[in-house]
Amino acid sequence: MPEHNWLSIQEARDLLARREVSSVELTRACLERIETVEDSVGSFITLTPELALSQAEAADSMLANRTPEQANASPLTGIPMQVKDVLCTKGVPTTCASRMLADYVPVYNSTVVDKLFRRGAVMLGKGNMDEFAMGSSCENSAFHPTHNPWDTTRVPGGSSGGAAAAVASGEAIYSLGSDTGGSVRQPAALCGVVGLKPSYGLVSRYGLVAYASSLDQIGPIGRTVADCALVLDSIAGHDPRDATSLPITASDFTADLDMGLEGIRLGIPGEYFTEGIEEGVKHAVDEAITTLEGLGASVREVSLPSTKYALACYYLIAPSECSANLARYDGVKYGYSDQQADDMWGAMEQTRRYGFGPEVTRRIMLGTFALSAGYYDAYYLKAQQARTLIRRDFAEVFETVDALVTPTSPVVAFPIGEKADHPVQMYLIDVCTLPVNIAGLPGLSVPCGFSDGLPVGMQLIGPHLSEPTLLRIGHTYEQATEWHTQQPAL
Amino acid sequence: MPLDRAQVVHIAALARIGISDDEIDAYAGQLSDIIDQFEVLNELDTTGVEPAGHAGELRAVMRDDAPADSLSPDEALSNAPRREGEFFRVNAVLDE
Repeated sequence: MPEHNWLSIQEARDLLARREVSSVELTRACLERIETVEDSVGSFITLTPELALSQAEAADSMLANRTPEQANASPLTGIPMQVKDVLCTKGVPTTCASRMLADYVPVYNSTVVDKLFRRGAVMLGKGNMDEFAMGSSCENSAFHPTHNPWDTTRVPGGSSGGAAAAVASGEAIYSLGSDTGGSVRQPAALCGVVGLKPSYGLVSRYGLVAYASSLDQIGPIGRTVADCALVLDSIAGHDPRDATSLPITASDFTADLDMGLEGIRLGIPGEYFTEGIEEGVKHAVDEAITTLEGLGASVREVSLPSTKYALACYYLIAPSECSANLARYDGVKYGYSDQQADDMWGAMEQTRRYGFGPEVTRRIMLGTFALSAGYYDAYYLKAQQARTLIRRDFAEVFETVDALVTPTSPVVAFPIGEKADHPVQMYLIDVCTLPVNIAGLPGLSVPCGFSDGLPVGMQLIGPHLSEPTLLRIGHTYEQATEWHTQQPAL
Repeated sequence: MPLDRAQVVHIAALARIGISDDEIDAYAGQLSDIIDQFEVLNELDTTGVEPAGHAGELRAVMRDDAPADSLSPDEALSNAPRREGEFFRVNAVLDE
C-alpha cells in the first residue's frame, strides 16, 4: 500500500469506504508532502490548508453516515486535490498567474469547482500555470516557475504545469487543469501522469477565466486513466450558464474501462511522427503501439494531410479570441488598475502594460493584428477555413478507425529557460495537441515510457464524445504496463 | 519582415497596451517571426470552404426569461479598484 498522498482516487475511495483511513488523514498526508517538496516543485500559487482540513472534516462526517455502497457512488468525497488558478473559487484568490489578477477574489465558484465541492471534494490550493493559460512550460507565471518533479532543472510543461507537477510529486491525488491547445495533455505527458482533454462542450466553462473560448476545455489530471474517468463523471454535463455546453446528460465514463481492445481499430497518422520528434519519444510511442496491438487492437497507418496547417491555424484563432476576451481587463471592474495617468485611455494603457506579461501581450497584439482592417481575410478568415479542413480530415479518418495514437509532445521536458525567449520554438511543442482543440475532439495522454529518465506520453484522439473509448484504450494499456506506477525521486 | 515599427505602434494602440520605444523593436521582431509561420496557409486552397467559427455545431441557445438571484451590488463591486456608492468610479471619458 502506497503512502496516503500517493494513493489513486480509487484506492483512497476504497480505504475511505472501509473507514481504514479518514479524509483528514489523507489531507494531512498531502499537506505534509507539500511542506516537504513544495519549495523544490512550486506547483501551487495559493495554498488553502484551513479550507482543506475543514472540507476534510465535513467529508468525514458525510462518510460516517454512509453505507460503503453510497460512498462508492460518490468517489471524490474526502479526496484532496488541486485546482488550476484559472478556475474561479469563491473567496479564494484566482490569479491566472497574472499581475493583472494578483488580488482578484471571485464572488462565485466555477461550475466544475461547485460540482466537486458539492460532492465533498477537498481543495488543497490553486495550481500554478502560464499566465492566463498562455504557454507550454509554466515559465510565464508572473509569480514563480514550476519545476518538473522528475528533474527540477526542467519545466513541467504547460500551461497546467502546476496541476501536473502536483499529482506527479505526490502533493495532490488529482487536479483540474484547462486545455486550449494541449495545456492538460502536454504537462501530463512531461510529468508522467494522465491528462484528459474532454470533447468541446462536455464540461461547462462557466467560471473558467476565458483565453480562447472556442478552444478552451477543462480536464482532469490524475495518476490513472480510471481516476480521470471518475473525475469526468463528476464534472461533465449540461450547464445552462455556458451556452456552448452540450444539452446531454453525462454518461458513466468508467463503464467501458474493462472491455479490452478486441475490435478496436487504431490509426497511426504519419504526420505526427516526423518533424522535430525526439528519437526517445518516437521509440516509446512505437513500443506502446506494439503493446496495444498485442492486447488485441488492430493498427493501420492513416493520413491527416492538413496537420501541417494546424499550428498557423491555432496561432491565428487563439490569439484573435484572446485579444477579444482580454479586452475586459481595463482597470475598472476588477484587477490591477493604474491610478497615475489622469486620462481614461492613458490609465488603461498603463494598466494593461503593467498587468500583462510578455507572452500575453504578444498574443493580444497578434490577435489584434489578425483581426484588424486589411488583414482579416488574409489571416483570420483563412485560419477559420483551415479549421474546417482540419475537422474534415479527422471526420474522414474516423470513418475507418476508432482512435488515433500519437505522441503527446514531440519532446520530453526541456531545461527551464531554454525556450523562454523563443516564442516560435515554444509554440512548436504543441504541434501534436493543437489539432485536437481546433476540431473540438477529446484527447487523452497516458504515460508510455521514459527517454533519458524523463517521462514520455502517448496521446489517444477520438471522435467527438468518444471519451468512453479513449478511456477504455488508455486503461487497458495501463493495466498491461507499469509506467504510471513510477514515482520521481524528489 | 511583415511588421514594421509603425504597425506595432498602431496595433498596441488598438489593443490599448502601452509600450516603450525598445519594446517596439522587440515586438516587431518577435511578432514578425510568428507571422512568418502563417505563410504556410497560402499553400492551402480554400476556395468554397466554409469558415468554422467554432469547434462544435453553431446553434442559438434560448432559455426562459425567468427571474433568478444574481450578485448583490456589494458582491459585484467587491473587486472594483475604485468605487463610489454603487458605481465603479472611472476617469472622465470626455474632455471638458
